[in-house]
Amino acid sequence: MISITNEVRPAIGKGFRLQWEPAQKAHVLLYPEGMVKLNGSAGEILRRCDGARTLVEIVADLEATFNQKDLAADVHDFVTFAREQGWLEIAA
Amino acid sequence: MNHDAPPPGPPLWLLLELTYRCPLHCVYCYNPIEFARVEDEMTTDDWVRVLRQARELGSVQLGLSGGEPLVRDDLEDITAEAHRLGYYTNLITSGVGLTEQRIARLKDSGLDHIQVSFQDSTREMNDFLSHTKTFDLKLRVAQMVKAHGYPMVLNCVLHRLNIDQIDTLIDMAQRLGADYLELANTQYYSWAHLNRDALLPSRAQLEAAERKTQQWRERLEGRMKIFFVVPDYFETRPKRCMNGWGTTFMTVTPDGTALPCHTARMLPGLSFPNVRATSVREAWYDSDGFNRFRGTGWMKEPCASCDEREKDFGGCRCQAYLLANDSYAADPVCDKSPHHALVTAAVEQAQQPRVQEHPLVFRDPANSRQRSGAILRSVG
Repeated sequence: MISITNEVRPAIGKGFRLQWEPAQKAHVLLYPEGMVKLNGSAGEILRRCDGARTLVEIVADLEATFNQKDLAADVHDFVTFAREQGWLEIAA
Repeated sequence: MNHDAPPPGPPLWLLLELTYRCPLHCVYCYNPIEFARVEDEMTTDDWVRVLRQARELGSVQLGLSGGEPLVRDDLEDITAEAHRLGYYTNLITSGVGLTEQRIARLKDSGLDHIQVSFQDSTREMNDFLSHTKTFDLKLRVAQMVKAHGYPMVLNCVLHRLNIDQIDTLIDMAQRLGADYLELANTQYYSWAHLNRDALLPSRAQLEAAERKTQQWRERLEGRMKIFFVVPDYFETRPKRCMNGWGTTFMTVTPDGTALPCHTARMLPGLSFPNVRATSVREAWYDSDGFNRFRGTGWMKEPCASCDEREKDFGGCRCQAYLLANDSYAADPVCDKSPHHALVTAAVEQAQQPRVQEHPLVFRDPANSRQRSGAILRSVG
């Protein structure tokens, strides 16, 4: 399994779909016969995981957008968790 | 109406039972006994209207089921509209009627997921698993599903007559290349309730099946995920049925009746709205049928003062009605229910090596019409 470095480009996992649901005022991950409702930060991270941006770019974008510093460790932890759940895939 | 109930969220899960027509005659089907009386199916336009109205409320997971949904030749149109509206679309099918052409069109329509069921499609119950025709059909369907990039999710309903062949069943699923296998024990409603004495397994059968399933899990090392659903008759607390009545789930039947669960239409003294005449919003928020068992205000003892009442909401209303003849009673699966002995008696009877001889009643239009008559006579 590829380790999660700054240069990986995470993408939404196969069989999952991320979308914004106005009725729930939340991003949700949809999968066969199920749904995960995401909290605000999880949604903001996942919607940047488009398979094109690197992890370091995602962190920089989040820090700029929300005017915060030192998000790298939190984002790394969430990406690790999300990959374990199959929500994210990290290609070679 | 319960004034103490919090306002419900949207029907996140929408199940469209597009038709009761089905090429199969499964003895454990949850469709109503009197399904053959429904001849007036909703049109494509009706279904599209329901999809739009429910999506506005916040519905997002969509099940397309039946009967056999492939019987409807507008399934692709309905799927396409659902996809356009942003639903995650799940087709729940026996696979009978799935051709290369149709699966390609469904894929183009944006279908997200296919769940294929195994079933006793023949009267030769004992030939169930070795029936060559069935195996060939499933093999073809499995290959099609895989070839079109879908995960292969198989569902098999377990009961007394097939549970001992669970090894053969799991082996067949893994040879088909299934990604997920759901082994769901029969739930005793409708046709399954009618056939319960023949279908309820013994405790020994159930334990052996769980043991074999666990052995397969270890042998397959995660190559195929296996879910095993225990029949609730063997439990001492009821299931949190439908995640709570009218909290999450809406079914629309072929004739447009909106229900809080697949089988709620059996409950006496309740009227359910029809989405040909009523909007989905009114049906969900304002109808007596949906409001009746929301929250906990409707409960009687032992549920009303039970500290687990928010956990399981008293279990299943249909099971309470079917077993205790009271839709307001605690689900008799609960060992706090005064009617729990009815469940243990059924389980005890299933321990006998040979159950009393009951001919199986197959879910077909003739049996449906005959039984509907009987139901009308008994209430009339």
